[in-house]
Amino acid sequence: MLKLAQPDRPDILTRVFLGLGLLLLPVGFYLALSAPPDVNQGYLARIMYLHVPGAWLGYLAFFVTFLYSLLYLFRQDPRYDRVASSSAEIGLVFMGLALVTGMLWARPTWGVYWTWEPRLTTTAILFAVYVGYFLLRGAIEDPELRRKAAAAVGILGFINVPISYMSVKWWRSLHQTQSIDLTTGKIHMDPAMLQALLFNLFVFTLLYLGFVRFRSLLAALEARKEEA
Amino acid sequence: MRAKYLIGLVVILGSLAYLIFGGLGQNLVYFLTPSEYLQDQGRYQNRPVRLGGLVKEGTVRYDKDNLELRFILTDGVAEVPVVHRGTPPGMFKEGQGVVVEGRFQEGVFHGTNLLVKHSETYQAPKEGWTPEEVRKLIEEAK
Repeated sequence: MLKLAQPDRPDILTRVFLGLGLLLLPVGFYLALSAPPDVNQGYLARIMYLHVPGAWLGYLAFFVTFLYSLLYLFRQDPRYDRVASSSAEIGLVFMGLALVTGMLWARPTWGVYWTWEPRLTTTAILFAVYVGYFLLRGAIEDPELRRKAAAAVGILGFINVPISYMSVKWWRSLHQTQSIDLTTGKIHMDPAMLQALLFNLFVFTLLYLGFVRFRSLLAALEARKEEA
Repeated sequence: MRAKYLIGLVVILGSLAYLIFGGLGQNLVYFLTPSEYLQDQGRYQNRPVRLGGLVKEGTVRYDKDNLELRFILTDGVAEVPVVHRGTPPGMFKEGQGVVVEGRFQEGVFHGTNLLVKHSETYQAPKEGWTPEEVRKLIEEAK
């Protein structure tokens, strides 16, 4: 077996992602704040520029966890497990951001902070599953068993992502259906708003890529320290 | 070893899929339409329900003194008169989709919670949306 590279400093790509992401973040905020208000919601609609990227990154991060959990099960290489858990951690943070901004958005538009409608319920379940992921990791002492059990949750938990995404179509919900609908390709958004949203999605994705690489490196350093 | 994992995975994914596409969907109905409710009233007797539909144009009556909001909720087929106590949410207007939580009492739906469902479409106003213009609008409204 090849000896895995064990760098102790973030590589060029990580720095590029983080640097570019942090640099463009103020631009994204500027675009969000200069985008036109919505006809019905006024400036409230601008929560979207934080809410949608948060939810997107949650989905993306859990997908990466799913992928690397599978890789771990097939290759049994702890490196994949470290990426999977790093990604789940970041996903949890961004999903939390989506939940909080969603609640702040729901109160003035729907009239309540929270209601158990399908999109919110499935998202709460999704969030809870990945909290469980870390509880499980903490509960198992044997490293190999821990990694295998976590991989199982990382794979099974991902099934909630498409369910959560499609929930607004499958069931009658209070949450509106997707404004950028990936299943039909239809976009129900003013071009100026769409540009601002896409830019923010791009910046957040850059940040995610930087975060996940950096967090995986930290996990590798931690693991090395434990072995020593 | 791997085959064992795969079989387990397939079994669990299969049962989850069955749950989701099978029976679970019917129990996840967030709100009833007025016609669904009226067809099956016995089932929902004395139970709090959520009714969803559109606020019928021209039926909104709001009494500012005792905060009593009255309107007719329609799904295009059936209509239900609704009474709700409290200030309507900012986005409440005629023709808007709403979900009302409450109970039926003597043919009138008494709402305890009024939720407004907004659409997935985001459009900029045709005019008057630059920050200066909006500020002026807000100041004039005072």
